[in-house]
Amino acid sequence: MYRILNAKELTSNIYLMDVEAPRIAKSCLPGQFIIAKLDEVGERIPLTICDYNREAGTITIVFQVIGASTEKMSALKEGDSFRDFTGPLGMASEFVNEDISVLKNKKILFVAGGVGTAPVYPQVKWLRENGVSCDVIVGAKNKELLILENEMKAVAGNLYITTDDGSYGFKGMVTEQIKELVNNQGNKYDVCIAIGPMIMMKFVCLLTKELGIKTIVSLNPVMVDGTGMCGACRVSVGGEIKFACVDGPEFDGHLVDFDEAMKRQQMYKSEEGRALLRLREGDTHKGHKGKGCGGNN
Amino acid sequence: MDVLKKVPVREQDAKVRATNFDEVCLGYNMEEAMEEASRCLKCNNAQCVKGCPVGINIPEFVNKVQAGDIKAAADVIAEASALPAVCGRVCPQESQCEGKCIRGIKGEAISIGKLERFVADWSRENGVVPEKPANTNGKKVAVIGSGPAGLTCAGDLAKLGYEVTIFEALHKAGGVLVYGIPEFRLPKDTVVQHEIENVKKLGVKIETNVVVGKSVTIDELLEEEGFDAIFVGSGAGLPRFMGIPGENANGVFSANEYLTRNNLMKAFREDYDTPIIGGKKVAVVGGGNVAMDAARTALRLGAEVHIIYRRSEEELPARVEEVHHAKEEGVIFDLLTNPTEIIVDENGWVKGMKLIKMELGEPDASGRRSPVEIPDSEYELELDTVIMSLGTSPNPLISSTTKGLEINKRKCIVAEEVNGKTTKEGVYAGGDAVTGAATVILAMEAGKKGAKGIHEYLSSK
Ligand SMILES: Cc1cc2nc3c(=O)[nH]c(=O)nc-3n(C[C@H](O)[C@H](O)[C@H](O)COP(=O)(O)OP(=O)(O)OC[C@H]3O[C@@H](n4cnc5c(N)ncnc54)[C@H](O)[C@@H]3O)c2cc1C
Ligand code: SF4
Ligand code: FES
Repeated sequence: MYRILNAKELTSNIYLMDVEAPRIAKSCLPGQFIIAKLDEVGERIPLTICDYNREAGTITIVFQVIGASTEKMSALKEGDSFRDFTGPLGMASEFVNEDISVLKNKKILFVAGGVGTAPVYPQVKWLRENGVSCDVIVGAKNKELLILENEMKAVAGNLYITTDDGSYGFKGMVTEQIKELVNNQGNKYDVCIAIGPMIMMKFVCLLTKELGIKTIVSLNPVMVDGTGMCGACRVSVGGEIKFACVDGPEFDGHLVDFDEAMKRQQMYKSEEGRALLRLREGDTHKGHKGKGCGGNN
Repeated sequence: MDVLKKVPVREQDAKVRATNFDEVCLGYNMEEAMEEASRCLKCNNAQCVKGCPVGINIPEFVNKVQAGDIKAAADVIAEASALPAVCGRVCPQESQCEGKCIRGIKGEAISIGKLERFVADWSRENGVVPEKPANTNGKKVAVIGSGPAGLTCAGDLAKLGYEVTIFEALHKAGGVLVYGIPEFRLPKDTVVQHEIENVKKLGVKIETNVVVGKSVTIDELLEEEGFDAIFVGSGAGLPRFMGIPGENANGVFSANEYLTRNNLMKAFREDYDTPIIGGKKVAVVGGGNVAMDAARTALRLGAEVHIIYRRSEEELPARVEEVHHAKEEGVIFDLLTNPTEIIVDENGWVKGMKLIKMELGEPDASGRRSPVEIPDSEYELELDTVIMSLGTSPNPLISSTTKGLEINKRKCIVAEEVNGKTTKEGVYAGGDAVTGAATVILAMEAGKKGAKGIHEYLSSK
């Protein structure tokens, strides 16, 4: 059992938890993820590590309620436990293995969207701890949905906030903020690291390709085991099949087939929707899980 | 009674079982088992024993069954095998013990597997439990992976007095026995769980959710966590795909994914959260045990199922019994055909498959007749789900994170056959991780040899 030491709702539908998982806390690096399973009947849910405390042996996760399983997870309180918590999984971010003196001379731009702010945070923090300061753009739908602002402020070089509706910070999409920094303010970046919804990463990559900035993205496809055993997480990168859980989750964004990845992400959406309905409405809703789902819906 | 024929074993009716996940074969009862045992000729030069990879004293245990002394029969089997309830169900007996049976020359071989299963089930139901050794020798061994290789190795070492911890990546122990082989062939809660409990009763600790190579490395286990030796039984779990167009479409799965969702995550049960797309019309590509299991699972989830295999029936690598059961249940075999493309609709979902007919050419150097395409024989099959069952290879997670552990061209860990010794001191390996995907009994044998190898190594240190 993996005990929850702290649980809070960051904003509507987005939750943060510190979970006791000493083995993971000891060995994890930025860019890696964990798989949580709530109870005997729960799904295996991949979540990027948002922070870690090696001394306390804890891992911080941040998640948004999107299906039945995350809804059940959101009900957990301090003192409750996850039945299973596995990791760290996947490869660490590329920069972790780079020479620090080389890194220090690099201009790095992070672009975070929505809950993607959570996985960006440990990367910016790791770099700051190693003496590298980076520019960070955080995009949210509106002020309400912005998370980890103060935490990010403490570790970022320059922090730029954008909201779709202009309720806070720059009004517009993260891509417009990138254009503003590069085209108008003349900033030069050697690498951009973009983490957020698939559609955001796709548009950031289209732009940075034009601007000639190498871009790394972190993919979150459907997963089951997270150890390379099932292939559910496969994505096309540069025309090759990669398993995001072991070869990734971070890839060269200019090589990722986002359209395919977005379609694959939808595969169980109708299934998840049904499961959520069942959870909220109890047995009155008789969805036929597994059966009769012709696949094309 | 016709001595030339096996005592028939009771099975669920094919029509009924095609709609449920309960075990297909119901096994012998005492009377049937004793009758079947009486067909045994008790040969002086028993060939069956030579066919069993772990050398169970078959005539001896069959003799005990005939006499009705099942406890004694269980003791005979236990000398050689740690997982008889599993092996009795899933061993390819027709090419091992039963394939060599003298009775089988004129009539049908003795049902050795069914008798073994009967003995093991009887022992379980009658509470025969293994005993924990009184003292440990203070030496610590880590076993990576809790499949048949790991469980066997851990059990044997615990009996010798070692303190053994199994590290398992998934949340449940058992390896392929829990995530791959379906419930209707190998019941999880009764049979598999019981074998795992028995290993625990010997004093073995099992730590799940530890991915060795990620959560902790082999070098750290040896240097920081104080383990004196390691056995790697991490299996061959990495699925292969064909590399044909359309393979990443929605509705295309590896057999591992499909089976894991259904077996490990229990997607077939309404009370479990993990979803599975059952499909209405499913093609399973491949002809091995894994393909049969995927096909029969899809059938039970309500689909029309086609097995697509490029050679003929004779070459099907699956066990004869599985092919027979699949046919009885209504799986359609499209033999001598090979997919060339998966047809995808505008939303990214599978809508069909392009196939080409094959014929068997001249035997090649290995004596196998290889399939060749028949020109202009392409055709299309309408489908909504495709399951790829093309084999698996060992996962590089461990080899790539362990200094000095060599692998071969096929990504398998290099280890000596007699004792599982690898190229790294103190590290032993066996099972699918060394041989590539093979069988339960061979993995078990490798686990035994690994335990012996580790015992010799630590005794001489
Ligand atoms: C669907 C299916 C049907 C089959 N049917 C039959 C049959 O009828 N008869 C038969 O004899 N054989 C059958 N086989 C083959 C048989 O199951 C395998 O040969 C056997 O299980 C191999 O045992 P193993 O212990 O080497 O590996 P596995 O059973 O694969 O166990 C390996 C374990 O190690 C764990 N692991 C892997 N990497 C790590 C890591 N880095 N850290 C920690 N743990 C790790 C895995 O999660 C797994 O639990 C079948 C296989 C499949 C997939
Ligand atoms: S273990 Fe397998 S080969 Fe050996 S006797 Fe039993 S069924 Fe036959
Ligand atoms: S999640 Fe199963 S292989 Fe990646």
